[in-house]
Amino acid sequence: MAEDHKTIRMIVQRQDEPEALPYEEEFEIPYRKNMNVISALMEIRRNPVNAKGEQTTPVYWDMGCLEEVCGACSMVINGKAMQSCTALIDQLEQPVRLEPMKTFPVMRDLAVDRSRMFDSLKKVKAWVPIDGTYDLGEGPRMPESKRQWAYELSKCMTCGVCLEACPNVNSNSDFIGPAALSQVRLFNSHPTGAYHKAERMDALLDDGGLQNCGNSQNCVQACPKGIPLTTSIAALNREATLHSFKSFFGSDYQH
Amino acid sequence: MAENREFFNRRLHSLLGVFPIGLFLMQHLVVNHFATYSPEAFNNAAHFMENLPLRVFLEFALIYIPLLFHAVYGVYIAFTAKNNLRRYGFFRNWMFMLQRATGIITLIFIVWHVWETRLAHAIYGTEVNFDMMATILESTFMFWFYIVGVVAAVFHFANGLWSFFVTWGITVTPRSQKILTYATLGIFIIFTYMGIASLIAFAY
Repeated sequence: MAEDHKTIRMIVQRQDEPEALPYEEEFEIPYRKNMNVISALMEIRRNPVNAKGEQTTPVYWDMGCLEEVCGACSMVINGKAMQSCTALIDQLEQPVRLEPMKTFPVMRDLAVDRSRMFDSLKKVKAWVPIDGTYDLGEGPRMPESKRQWAYELSKCMTCGVCLEACPNVNSNSDFIGPAALSQVRLFNSHPTGAYHKAERMDALLDDGGLQNCGNSQNCVQACPKGIPLTTSIAALNREATLHSFKSFFGSDYQH
Repeated sequence: MAENREFFNRRLHSLLGVFPIGLFLMQHLVVNHFATYSPEAFNNAAHFMENLPLRVFLEFALIYIPLLFHAVYGVYIAFTAKNNLRRYGFFRNWMFMLQRATGIITLIFIVWHVWETRLAHAIYGTEVNFDMMATILESTFMFWFYIVGVVAAVFHFANGLWSFFVTWGITVTPRSQKILTYATLGIFIIFTYMGIASLIAFAY
């Protein structure tokens, strides 16, 4: 198969700055074996000449780990949001179309600003508070079976693919999206994290929270880490039902 | 509940869709189905409903007010979504889009249907019975308008019932949600059959 002149056709949606209008630029990249989208983009960076033979600016994108754990290199590849590091050229239909995830503000070319996701994590208190004025000592032990279950939820890398896939995360709504919801489930299940369950539930049911889910279930299909997002959402719905009854009628159950 | 206004509204929207609106829809289709037996059977069933105690109160408390809230808030929900079926053509995403589309169709249908059968009765004193429906459905256009309206309403109810179970945290796991998909599909088929059979009985 290895022909000398084989090339990859790539159409990249470009944008020079956050307020600029996007435009398309086509590239022809020499083929090498086992390329991923990032190595193809690196080829453009090495030799920034478009398909018409014109000199152009190198395409800009975000990346970090290159092994699908950091979540930085998400982009829309042939219509679907995914990680560009694990998107293999041999498995993609050509021309390969690259676009930024437009659910987020585009900074330049394929790089987006995912700040809103980190703000959401802060909003729902997606952490286990362990600092005190004295040594709090070891926390309670966690059964191994539960740890394995929680590990699946902890794989979330805040990559933004689920927000891009969700029809209810858009400029008309302030829905925080599936990723932060699932993190509430993770931290509420942690033996020490559970101390702050009620606080997280209050934050979760605030405007833009859990209730905005419309059950399209795209998130669970799109998630590159296979996190059971819709199961988390349904479980939180159950939790929210009980939580809202308690806060409406009052409860003497101490938690 | 002042702090969680949106949560309260969403949950109320979900609740009202089933209790009482969904129950009313099923009752309505069951009463209509008497038309397939004979015009008299339908008229008797309709008169039984008409003669229920506190009818006006029941109509407002169980139909008009819940329906108005469900409709107004539902239109808001429908127009905050940005559908992306072309990129994500999954089954549930189709249901998501159809739930919103049938909601709008059902709203248009119900506004017309309430005008024709309820307000016309209140204002002009039109008799509400089998003959009234037969006259309306004589027109081919109205017949198909009713078919589309009934199918949309039943779909919206059946799929909305699925969402209701998820929204209230009754079905959590993928397996339970899948079984519920089949159950609500059954509800959709049964009530669509009853609705269409009644319309055919009225018209022919």
